[in-house]
Amino acid sequence: MASLWRYVLAGLGLAALLAGILAVVYLTAPQAPQGAGADISRSKKTANGLFVASFEPERGVIRQGELQSWLLTLKTVAGAPVEGAAIAVSGGMPQHNHGLPTSPQATDYLGDGRYRIDGLKFTMSGLWRLHFAISAAAGSDTVVFNVLL
Amino acid sequence: MSWLSRFLVLMAMAVLAGCGKPEFSDAEKKTIASLALSALPSLKPDTTNRFADVPAAAALGSTLFFDQGMSGDGMVSCSTCHKIDRQFQDDLPQAVGVGRTNRRTMPLAGVAHDPWFFWDGRRDSLWAQALTPLENPLEQAGNRAAFAHYIEARFGERYERIFGPLPDLSKVPANASPLGTDAEKAAWRAMSDQQTEDVNRVFANIGKAIAAFERSIAPPRTRFDRFAIDLATGAVPKSDDAFSPEEILGLKLFIGRANCVTCHTGPRFTDNSFHNTGVPPVKDLPPDRGRVDAVRQVEADPFNCFGAFRDGDAGACGELRFMVKDAPELVRAYKTPSLRGAATRPPYMHAGQFSSLDEVVAHYSKAPASVEGVSEIHPLQLSDRERGALVAFLKTLAE
Ligand code: HEC
Ligand code: HEC
Repeated sequence: MASLWRYVLAGLGLAALLAGILAVVYLTAPQAPQGAGADISRSKKTANGLFVASFEPERGVIRQGELQSWLLTLKTVAGAPVEGAAIAVSGGMPQHNHGLPTSPQATDYLGDGRYRIDGLKFTMSGLWRLHFAISAAAGSDTVVFNVLL
Repeated sequence: MSWLSRFLVLMAMAVLAGCGKPEFSDAEKKTIASLALSALPSLKPDTTNRFADVPAAAALGSTLFFDQGMSGDGMVSCSTCHKIDRQFQDDLPQAVGVGRTNRRTMPLAGVAHDPWFFWDGRRDSLWAQALTPLENPLEQAGNRAAFAHYIEARFGERYERIFGPLPDLSKVPANASPLGTDAEKAAWRAMSDQQTEDVNRVFANIGKAIAAFERSIAPPRTRFDRFAIDLATGAVPKSDDAFSPEEILGLKLFIGRANCVTCHTGPRFTDNSFHNTGVPPVKDLPPDRGRVDAVRQVEADPFNCFGAFRDGDAGACGELRFMVKDAPELVRAYKTPSLRGAATRPPYMHAGQFSSLDEVVAHYSKAPASVEGVSEIHPLQLSDRERGALVAFLKTLAE
């Protein structure tokens, strides 16, 4: 009789231990980073296929919380640089329902289809969305880039 | 029976080991490291103030900061409200100088890292900020002509060693300012362009000296910072540095489900930005719309970065140049305050709306709608235990 109780108790104990371990594993499992799966490519066709746009930090790295400039390069589908484009920038953080903390602008044309977009600031980590309205001799088009910090 | 008790002890140990270890994921560890004071970058030079790192300027600034002579009634200094032994604030819901103001005194630790000043960010440099209370009738209630005369009389030699020769002030009226009483405004209008420029220059230099002093006010290391370093290096925390299970839960909530870290981010626990968090207005105070009304004020400030009194080139004016000027989210948006030291300096919020951290956390848990504009806070439905844990964690930032 005593030995039977012992087995029952041991079984219960082991089950509890297992449940505890599972709970710890489950509770501490790393969460998938917000925005995982979003398209974060740095080069793409604009919405109506008018241009090919690429978007890169001018100094190569993203520094959270600091004003910085990026380069938006615009080419025609045939690969010719797009000159004289008017560019409007907007955006925000879709998961937090807020806009950009600054008003970035296209400040300089650097030749070869490259435009400096200055005044960008990413105040927190997460997924940022930048929307560009582009209008040039070939017509008007838009493109959205996602930036994940 | 002895077998059973031994087994139970083993079980208890296994369970305790599971809970007692600081169970942080790699992502959590990364966030915690980013909040530690050791992650604070060194102060960037302020090229708009070429005296910012001149020791003699900081010394004069310190004198002026504590000098009650720097006021209209000779009774108020910066330190009347920014008390050196109280984290440079005054524990009041609304500050009291020559009169009672409409906002709470802000603590100053680490303030030189900020791009914007005041709860609504209506100034864009530390030196331009310092000029505002000097002439505010509710704060120091002085006027810039009187300040220029006062500097010449009391600190002429010290001033000239730093900033060069004082202008000829002999024909400048005793009291004059574009912002003062009607008589002071009339006196200001009657001055020549050279005279107003001279007085403005001395006035701006007062701000630059005070700013140089304020750059030295740094946030102290806390128990949280020691815990964060131990966590990053894998060291075993010293007994008082170890976090209790409640503090660990609070920290996990802060950087996790409660979303605090989205705004209270980085080693100063602020994103240096403006948010509507649905904090209710104080009855009987004039309407306060926060950031949305500050935009015009900072643009109109003659001492802003685009103005004539900036040193260095306009490349330093990015914040002003790329400022958001009209967006619905600016309505009742206020600067995210640093949370370092907050636990020991109630009350809280821009007009001292909450008198304890419990009230603050209850506000975030309920997330009431804003009286105007839209609050960015979403209800958290925190349990009593979770609210207590958040408060316990906030206390580790003040120990
Ligand atoms: C009457 C009390 C009082 C006096 C005197 C006073 N301040 Fe303040 N200070 C405040 C209040 C209140 C605020 C917030 C006001 C607001 O947002 O409108 C503030 C804000 C500030 C800020 C902005 C901090 C931040 O994080 O944005 C700085 C810097 C500052 N004061 C420095 C000074 C200096 C320098 C002086 C003296 C020249 C001074 N203050 C005089 C009450 C005072
Ligand atoms: C959307 C951005 C945002 C989020 C998220 C946020 N805060 Fe805040 N916090 C602010 C702003 C802005 C203020 C100042 C509001 C005001 O004065 O009207 C503030 C004020 C505070 C204060 C008062 C500090 C002082 O000196 O007055 C505390 C404490 C605080 N927050 C803690 C928290 C905690 C805890 C959480 C998570 C439950 C949190 N915050 C989430 C932006 C945020």
